[in-house]
Amino acid sequence: MSPHHGGPDWAAVEAAAGLVLVAGAAGYAAALWAARHRGPWPGGRTVLWFAGLGCAGASLLGPLAAAAHGSFVAHMVVHLLLGMAAPLLLVLGAPVTLALRALPVAGARSLSRLLRSRPVRVVSHPVVAGTLNAGGLWVLYGTGLYAAMHSSAPVHAAVHAHVLLAGYLFTAAVVGVDPDPHRGSLRLRAAVLVGFLTVHAVLAKRLSGDPPAGVGTADAQLGSRIMYYGGDAVDVALLVVFFAQWYAAGRTRTAPAAV
Amino acid sequence: MADAPAARSGRAPEPAGPAGQDRRTVLAGALLGAGIAASVVDLAVFHLILHWHHFYDLSTTGVALFSDGLFHAFGWFVTVGSLFLLADVRRRGPVSRGRWAGALLAGLGAFQLFDGVVLHKVLRIHQVRYDVDLLLYDATWIGTAVLALAAGLGVLHRARPARAAR
Repeated sequence: MSPHHGGPDWAAVEAAAGLVLVAGAAGYAAALWAARHRGPWPGGRTVLWFAGLGCAGASLLGPLAAAAHGSFVAHMVVHLLLGMAAPLLLVLGAPVTLALRALPVAGARSLSRLLRSRPVRVVSHPVVAGTLNAGGLWVLYGTGLYAAMHSSAPVHAAVHAHVLLAGYLFTAAVVGVDPDPHRGSLRLRAAVLVGFLTVHAVLAKRLSGDPPAGVGTADAQLGSRIMYYGGDAVDVALLVVFFAQWYAAGRTRTAPAAV
Repeated sequence: MADAPAARSGRAPEPAGPAGQDRRTVLAGALLGAGIAASVVDLAVFHLILHWHHFYDLSTTGVALFSDGLFHAFGWFVTVGSLFLLADVRRRGPVSRGRWAGALLAGLGAFQLFDGVVLHKVLRIHQVRYDVDLLLYDATWIGTAVLALAAGLGVLHRARPARAAR
């Protein structure tokens, strides 16, 4: 579909994505090393972080990323990996907690000041993060943006950056494990989660009848089914994490009252 | 379990004792029944195995599409949530299997009834099957739903706690 794919712009986008992923891996490893004297770090978190980077890498580099330029089905697999699976894995890797352990006191203080700052507080609010995430998808498939991202490398890079970042913010706001000074109430997070699941399901079904310009009917129908059922798979994982946190929080509630 | 101070810390008050335990058991069963009906039966049986339901028929209106998405989201939410609720009930004390199973059957029947009447006939989100005479299918769907609901209520009644201390 895109005759431009393979030009120098596209190579630059892939190289930038590769650099970001390598920085993510190196940064996490360096923080593990810097915090090695501060007691054991759960190995599962490390595995989840690198699995998240792997998901993002599979969707941004290599054969799947190349196929996504011409195929809506491949694009949808990329969307699920980059916008839903990678964010969930990365959030469960608890990078902020690790950074707070690894940084010297002054650095850790600045980081926690940053987390408490107004802009961070606004974008990490569950409703705002959910709107950024679902709204971004609505704009991508409902306007000419989908066609634009396949003819312009910078637009392509911006869309992918938004999908990953908005997915991360949303996941962290709903089931985050890192310290969050303004975490929403359980009820609010449940409502945002159900709201997002709804929008995702509606959008997936609408895409099968009303695909973006330039996408063939068969490609659109299979792609929308992948979005619907694949989205369900990640959403069920999100719900399991959400309720597992509720269950764990109830330990204190059911313990014999400490009076 | 001591009842008064435990509920102070930011959560809704939790009724304690056998009555609260029974209420939560029934809730966990009913929600799982509704969730199974909404997500698992619909998805696995009618979409993936039988291919009777359409994934999306183009006649679906915006309102119907939105309610379909909302029910879909709620279906998964209550399916997963009710299993964790059951785990929570078990960690608080013994669980009556009869009450849980009866509530599950009743919840399943109640949701199928709602699906068959409101979603299929009133909102017309989708039909049971396409290109056939629907009367028999609708009658079977609604009939089995009523049977499941009645059987569930019967089991719930038989398994009710012996003491009338409420």
